[in-house]
Amino acid sequence: MERIQHHPILGKTKFHQPITYTFNGKKLSGYRGEPIAAALLAEGIRVLRRHEESGAARGFYCAIGHCMECRLVVQGQGIVRSCLTPLEPGMIITEGQQLANEITGRKLP
Amino acid sequence: MTSKGEETDLIIVGAGPAGLSAANKAAEYGLRVTVIDEFPEPGGRMLGQFHEESGHWWVGKQIADELIAEAGRRGVRIRCGVSVYGMLKVDDRFEVSTSIGALFAPRVLLATGAAEIPMPVQGWTLPGVMSIGAAQVMANVNFVKPGRRGLIVGINVLAMAIARELSVSGVSLAGIVLPPAGPLAGAAAKPKDNLELLMGLSHLAPSPILRMGSRIARSCNLAGWIANFFPRKGIRMWDIPLQLRTAAVSINGNERVESVTLAQVDAKGEILDGSQWEEPVDFVALAGGLYPLAELASVAGCPFIYTPELGGHLPLHSEQMRTPVEGLYVAGNITGVESALVAMSQGRLAAASIGVDADAIGSGGDRIVAEAMEEVGRTRAAALIQFQPGIAEARRGIYRLWQETIEVGV
Repeated sequence: MERIQHHPILGKTKFHQPITYTFNGKKLSGYRGEPIAAALLAEGIRVLRRHEESGAARGFYCAIGHCMECRLVVQGQGIVRSCLTPLEPGMIITEGQQLANEITGRKLP
Repeated sequence: MTSKGEETDLIIVGAGPAGLSAANKAAEYGLRVTVIDEFPEPGGRMLGQFHEESGHWWVGKQIADELIAEAGRRGVRIRCGVSVYGMLKVDDRFEVSTSIGALFAPRVLLATGAAEIPMPVQGWTLPGVMSIGAAQVMANVNFVKPGRRGLIVGINVLAMAIARELSVSGVSLAGIVLPPAGPLAGAAAKPKDNLELLMGLSHLAPSPILRMGSRIARSCNLAGWIANFFPRKGIRMWDIPLQLRTAAVSINGNERVESVTLAQVDAKGEILDGSQWEEPVDFVALAGGLYPLAELASVAGCPFIYTPELGGHLPLHSEQMRTPVEGLYVAGNITGVESALVAMSQGRLAAASIGVDADAIGSGGDRIVAEAMEEVGRTRAAALIQFQPGIAEARRGIYRLWQETIEVGV
């Protein structure tokens, strides 16, 4: 999605140091310190996670850490909320994974 | 951070308008203050808020910057990116469990703000569906547009205010529509109820129907009439079509939002046969309203009361911002959903009460508390954005309950 380079009311963004990182093995770019979810959205990536049980695609929902929908895996940090976790250079990020077993014991169709 | 933990006079949870205002006042009274917030930067939801007020822009980010600068001058410690997951009172001090270890203080102020009420719609788990606040944060805090063209579902104060912000930020919106009727949406799906709510907002509205009509409509109970005759295509508010006679039926797409199925509804919110069509959008913002984010008060043992006018369940508190748990205080939207300006004045009031209880103010403390209480009342009366009708009355009900129970030792 498009970045707002110059906001008519709020001016310029505070994130200005370009960096690279990988998501699901693919090299992408973003800005140091911006939330991972925002960097991925700017790259057009909406699917942040596979539902642990059904494997259905999930993206961010609340963007401020309340809903836990945007969790994904950052190497060295484990499972994090991507809306609250600042992007760092060279981060190795993987979408949240579907689990091999049924976690609730409910039979999947 | 050591495992022994860090001791201070006051821990404030939440670095938004209430928390920062309280921190600065408490530091002015000579208290050592630590503010914790799990967002990466301080300012709370003010960071993304702005609105036009009699010809000039009220910009929350500027106010946040001023509060943060003052905190720096006063030696307030602000720790961001830190989550609080527990609270326990041991003897005369609280142990606050955080993601960087335990913090200790004899007094804690909860200024955790509000969260959005989820509003389920068929297809709402698709990536690209987000809460209206998420669209605000992406555009105004992270400077990334939430999508190319979006639709807002839910017509309320929050939706209107953020729709305006998104439009100023250059985010394209197909319109604002109703949620589908059903037990989950309740009155939010009914055109008449929405119109009555919007009339409380009419001073913000550029549309002549809402602006000029509101007072007459209210006195003559015309909301039902307008809901019946509301233009099918909606009316435009700030270039955004406000569609009071259209409801979202489902959100569609393969692994991402591709369209929303919309339908015409009658004045009661019932779908008209054969009126469905598909609107192509790549994001949907659901606006279900706000509720006080109060789990920590519950963990700390504070009793709750249910006050729908203020957003639902909230910790019982006095007008001076004390809770029945000694040493625990509340300020801002955790006490009920209102504007940032009210939250700031509540923060200063809570700090005054804390200053008195900690013997930090000396003589004249009662006068400072009384003045701070008056200031909250004045700010509330002058508030441009009223999230619900009847806020002042609901507040008086809470304070009366406090006086009749906690104050007399029931």
